[in-house]
Amino acid sequence: MLDIFSIPLPALFGQLLLGLINGAFYAMLSLGLAVIFGMLNVINFTHGAQYMLGAFAAWLMLTNLSIPFWASLVLAPLIVGLFGIVIERLFLKRIYHLDHLYGFLLTFGMALVIEGLFQWRWGSSGAPYPAPIPGGYNLGFMFMPAYRGFVVLAALVICLATWYGIERTRLGAYLRAATENPTLVRAFGINVPLLITLTYGLGVGLAALAGVLAAPIQQVSALMGSNLVLVVFAVVVIGGMGSIMGSIITGFGLGLIEGFTKVVYPPASNTVIFVVMAIVLMVKPAGLFGQTK
Amino acid sequence: MHDRLLKVENLEAWYGESHILHGVGFEISRGELVTLLGRNGAGKTTTLRSIMGIVGRRKGSVRFDNQETVGRTSDSIARLGIAYCPEERGIFSSLSVEENLLLPPVVKPGGMGIKEIYSLFPNLEERRRSQGTKLSGGEQQMLAIGRILRTGANLLLLDEPTEGLAPVIVQRIGEIVRQLKQRGFTILLVEQNFHFAATVADRHYVMEDGRVVDMIAAADVAQSIDKLQTYLGV
Repeated sequence: MLDIFSIPLPALFGQLLLGLINGAFYAMLSLGLAVIFGMLNVINFTHGAQYMLGAFAAWLMLTNLSIPFWASLVLAPLIVGLFGIVIERLFLKRIYHLDHLYGFLLTFGMALVIEGLFQWRWGSSGAPYPAPIPGGYNLGFMFMPAYRGFVVLAALVICLATWYGIERTRLGAYLRAATENPTLVRAFGINVPLLITLTYGLGVGLAALAGVLAAPIQQVSALMGSNLVLVVFAVVVIGGMGSIMGSIITGFGLGLIEGFTKVVYPPASNTVIFVVMAIVLMVKPAGLFGQTK
Repeated sequence: MHDRLLKVENLEAWYGESHILHGVGFEISRGELVTLLGRNGAGKTTTLRSIMGIVGRRKGSVRFDNQETVGRTSDSIARLGIAYCPEERGIFSSLSVEENLLLPPVVKPGGMGIKEIYSLFPNLEERRRSQGTKLSGGEQQMLAIGRILRTGANLLLLDEPTEGLAPVIVQRIGEIVRQLKQRGFTILLVEQNFHFAATVADRHYVMEDGRVVDMIAAADVAQSIDKLQTYLGV
C-alpha cells in the first residue's frame, strides 16, 4: 500500500524534499536575475559567483571572527550587495547602451575571475559549515532535518517579501515603471541611475542571501555557484524574463520536477530541466509567465 | 509687467547624427498658454523633449525661472518644476491606474491633491484598480495629464493631447486645459489640430524646419488665417 509504481514512499518524499530545497534556491536566484535583467538589460552571469561569495562571507566570518550564522544572514548579503554596487558603478553602467552580448561577456568574465581567485586561495574541495539548527523531526513517512525545513520556509518568505516589495510598494512602482520606460520615469524627476544601482545591489544581495542559506547544506567552495547557475538560467528562461511571481513558481516547481525525476528515472534528473526548457520554448517562446514585447 | 517663466534661445538639438533643431527661440510668461504649431517634422515634439532634457544632444539656452537647464539631467530639470506629458502618453502597463497617477514624485508644494484630480477625471477614480493600459485612449490621455498635476510643477508641456481622440473627448480635454490655465498653470501645448489650439491659447508660435518662424497672438488669428493656412498646409 505504501508503494506507488513500486517506489517506496520515504524515498519519494525524501527526493521531493530535496527537490523542494533545490527549488528554493532556484527561486531565490532566478528572482534576482529577473529583477536585474528587467532593470539593467544585463544578463548577470556573475550571479553564481555572487551566491558563492555569500556562502564564503558567512564561512570566513564564522571561522575568523566567530560571527554566528544568524548575523551572517544579514551581514553577508549587505557586504556582497555593496560589492555588487561597486561593480555596477565601475563596469556595468558603461555597457547599458550596448548589445546583450557585451553584458554577458563582462559578467561571465567577472565570474571566472572571482571564482578563479577563490579557487586559487582556498582550493576547490570545499569547507563544511556547521548546521545552525541541529536535529530534525520524524514525520512518520520520512525524517526531516530541521535546518532544511527552515531553508524552505525562509526562501518562501524571502521570495514573497521581494514580490511584495516590487508589486505592491511605491519604490516597486518606480522600479516597474523604470523597467518599462526609464527615459520618461527620469523626466518625472526620479533619479533612475541611482535606482538601477540599487536594483543591482538588491539582486546581488539576494544571491548572497541564498549563498548563506546554502552554506550549511552544501560544501562552501569556489565553484558551488557555477554548477547551480546554469540550471537557474534555464529556470529563468522557462518562467519568462521579468515576471517576479513567474520566477518564484517556476523555481519551486522545477525543483520538485527534478526531485520527482530522481525517483522515477534517475539518469534523466540532470537533464529534465533542459528538456522542459526546450518544450516550453517551442510552445511559448517568451516563457510560461513572460510577455512578448 | 512681463513675468517671464521660460525663455528658449538658439536651441539646437540632435538625435544621433541628425540635426533636428536649428536655433529655436521663444518665451512664455507665467500663467500663459502658448502653442507650438507646425507641420509634421517641424521639430515641435523635439522642442518639448529638448526642454525636458531627453534628446541625444542639445546646445543653446533654456532658462526656466531664471535658471539655465541646458547641461542638467532630465530628473533635475523635472525637479525645478517642469512636467511633461508625452505624445505617446507613456502610460505604464505594469502599473495600475492609481499607481500611474501617483508615480511622478512631488517636486514642489502647491500641486493638486488626488481627490481634486479624481473630481476633474471621475473615470479614473472608477477604474483606479485597472491596469493602466486597459483604459480607452481618451482615459489614458486624461491619466497622462492627471498624473503631472500632483507634482507641484508650474510649467506643463503637453504634446498633442488630442491626437487620435473622438471630437467629444477633444472638447472635454479643451475644457480641462482651460481649467488648468485658470488654476494658474503655465502651459506649452504642441498641436496639429489648429482648431483645438485656437480655442485655448493666448499665443501661437509657428515652427518650420527646426526653427520658430512666426508668432501670432490669439487676437490676430482671424486676420492671419491665410498666413496660417500656408504655414500649416491645411
